[in-house]
Amino acid sequence: MPLAMRDLSIRYGFFVLLIALAIFFFVAQPAFLSLRSMIFVFQSVSITAILALGVTATLVVGGFDLSIGSVAASSMMAASYAMVIWGWGTAPTVALCIGFGLLVGLINGLIIVYGRVPDLLATLGTMFLLLGLQLVPTAGRSIAKGMLLPDGSTATGSFDKSFLALGRSHLFHILPISVIVMLALAAMIFVFLEFTRFGRVMYAIGSNEQASRLAGAPVSRYKIGAYMISGGFAAVGGILLAARVGRGDVSSGNNLLLDAVAAALIGFAVLGVAKPNAFGTLIGALFVGMLLQGLTMMNAPYYTQDAVKGAVLVLALLFTFSMTRRAGT
Amino acid sequence: MKHPAEPSGRAMLELRQLERSFGPNRVLKGVDLGVRAGEVVVLMGANGAGKSTLVKIIAGVHRPGGGTLTLAGVPYRPERPIDAVHAGLSVVHQSINDAVAPDLTVAQNLLLDRLCSGRAGALFTRRNARRQAREIQAILGLDLPLDRPVRDIPLADRQLVAICRALAEDPKVLVLDEPTSSLSQREAERLFGIVETLRRRGVAILYISHRMSDIRRLADRIVTLRDGRITGTFSPPLDYEGAVVAMLGEAVQPAGTAGGVQGPVVMSVEDCRLKPWSRPFSFALHAGEVTALTGLVGTGKSELAEILFGVRRPVAGRLGLRGETYRPQSSADAIRAGVFMAAKDRATNSLIPAFDIARNLSLPFLDRRSRAGFVDFAEERRRARQTIAGLGIVCRGETDQMPMLSGGNQQKVVVGRWLSEPCAVLVLDEPFQGVDIRARTDIGRRLRDTAETRATLVLATELDEALAVADRILVMSDHTIVGDHRTGPTLDMAQLLAEVAGSPSTAEALPAPSRERTA
Repeated sequence: MPLAMRDLSIRYGFFVLLIALAIFFFVAQPAFLSLRSMIFVFQSVSITAILALGVTATLVVGGFDLSIGSVAASSMMAASYAMVIWGWGTAPTVALCIGFGLLVGLINGLIIVYGRVPDLLATLGTMFLLLGLQLVPTAGRSIAKGMLLPDGSTATGSFDKSFLALGRSHLFHILPISVIVMLALAAMIFVFLEFTRFGRVMYAIGSNEQASRLAGAPVSRYKIGAYMISGGFAAVGGILLAARVGRGDVSSGNNLLLDAVAAALIGFAVLGVAKPNAFGTLIGALFVGMLLQGLTMMNAPYYTQDAVKGAVLVLALLFTFSMTRRAGT
Repeated sequence: MKHPAEPSGRAMLELRQLERSFGPNRVLKGVDLGVRAGEVVVLMGANGAGKSTLVKIIAGVHRPGGGTLTLAGVPYRPERPIDAVHAGLSVVHQSINDAVAPDLTVAQNLLLDRLCSGRAGALFTRRNARRQAREIQAILGLDLPLDRPVRDIPLADRQLVAICRALAEDPKVLVLDEPTSSLSQREAERLFGIVETLRRRGVAILYISHRMSDIRRLADRIVTLRDGRITGTFSPPLDYEGAVVAMLGEAVQPAGTAGGVQGPVVMSVEDCRLKPWSRPFSFALHAGEVTALTGLVGTGKSELAEILFGVRRPVAGRLGLRGETYRPQSSADAIRAGVFMAAKDRATNSLIPAFDIARNLSLPFLDRRSRAGFVDFAEERRRARQTIAGLGIVCRGETDQMPMLSGGNQQKVVVGRWLSEPCAVLVLDEPFQGVDIRARTDIGRRLRDTAETRATLVLATELDEALAVADRILVMSDHTIVGDHRTGPTLDMAQLLAEVAGSPSTAEALPAPSRERTA
């Protein structure tokens, strides 16, 4: 049965590749499969994966969100500003950042749905807007404890210990909080997309918007909702980034957008479904993380990382769009 | 404005035994057609008859699968659309916006073919362009604003730009594909004048249209295409009703329609106007009755269906549902109120290609198939199996993907979706479009079996489809309802056909208000 063979290879080919890669790294560098190393992989991709899970929601409704990187960066700056300059506590700061992310998502959604601006252009626009806007309150400087304010005084606040714990502490001294947040959000969005009627309608809209509208789906509201999910997730990523770095660094988060989008797109190929899906996104992010960890342990120079990520993305996309379509016909 | 009844021009375009298949599907089965210089030949055909394939072969978009084409006595085998233009044949396609570049000016559009072929010269100055464009439109006696971008001029003017552009190449043969489909009466008049001018100049014109008013005004001959074959050629004196019959097929009497019992009124439509210039109409739909709405393409059937389903507002009029005012603002409103619609063109308007059968069926009713937001998969699949059995959908199971199904089975999924919950009114827009006879019978039987509790309205251009399924037939012509018949032995077929053809006898009985478009 050559057809069944191809079905199998499309469905599980990616996992075979993942395992083969792990074995290769293990043989080359036995420390690769240690618990410590594995957890490091999870931790290194946690923020990227959270952003990727958010953008998956917009991909599901047939849209795209290019603003997630800058939402995360702005969220990080907002958290730092609130704590260092306003002296806020952890809870209000987290609420502020998530509220900010949801607001940006709402604005994106409104521009796309009611302003009829194509999704890529609309979110490219908000991306630029946020990249610039985050520099305004601090006159372009990074935010750190005791920094000199534009009016000559010194900032009095500092990062709350409980806030920093979000990025730095471990559950049972081994599992980083950020990894737990990532897994929790992944489980949430996975259940939402696969098992609830809301997720079902989102997939329907992404597959045939007109038919969904004529089946009674409130298409506009769902699309706006998807961008709010994306913005909210990106804001959570920004909070974790601020907690990890411990300062509001203007240049952090530069790579977040590309890494997250790559993870979500690689996710199309996982299980050969050729559509955005939360599980695939998570595996895609872990795959990239594992590849980079393995290469690092084999002493590959850091500057080759982006090229490796790009190559993986191109191959995954080729696999998704050529192999699976051929199998469908 | 009288033209010679016997066009004496020589044959300009001739098709002999033209064939074309797409996969196993034979679309053209040996078409013979000739158009002489100075003659307007109207080609009529229902959806799926093969008109667009025929036009595309003539235009050089598709290659013929068999047969020959001759243009002005010379064998004609265009490889690409531009070959057709160079050979002296221009086509104005139905969708006007495909024929113009909206951001360029009128003058630039008129010269688009010269620009693209590089014959305009290296220095394409605005003044030069305007001079050439003026020459082109002088042929037709037009005065279009040459410096305005095409996107800023009205649709009717864009159509003229498209026609002028086609004429810029001085064609021997002009093909017009449904040129009046989006024009008002006055705009259409202007177009007719141009067609008449061209006829006098000896251009051979193949005019594709459904609109009887166009056909009465322009046709020197009528040729009807049905199911890939020429079914009739009509020379003066033109028999319009005969042409409609030849286009729609032998309208056979229904073989023993059970004849549903007419129950109480479920949906009432009062003084409804579809266009500012169209005549208002009223009718009621009864429970237990299958009503067919028939009429030629573009007469307003789908608009009426969309109004009932809440995705379009009438220009005027009132709707009532079970005695109460019904004013749906969206399809979701209509579904909540118990008015369902299976839209026409399933690929665009109904099916979710990424979903399997069960998920396609449940889409409008997910709220009823889920608990606390979570979809009950077992219930969803159980219901899908019921629908598959009830309609005889040929598949391996309810998790089959849409592309695996044949057209007829896909259509059964569309109909099955809206039959899976009880409703007050079910509207089906062309449910037999692109469906084989077996699936058509299955769908028809299922509609009949379940009809008792609701009012059913089936939109069908093809009369035999309407006759096969309905207890009652409403006829739409010119965006209003002109006839209401009960099927069965008492049905007056001659009258019905006259109404479909929009014969003056029926139109004059109720004089229409001025058909001028106010917008």
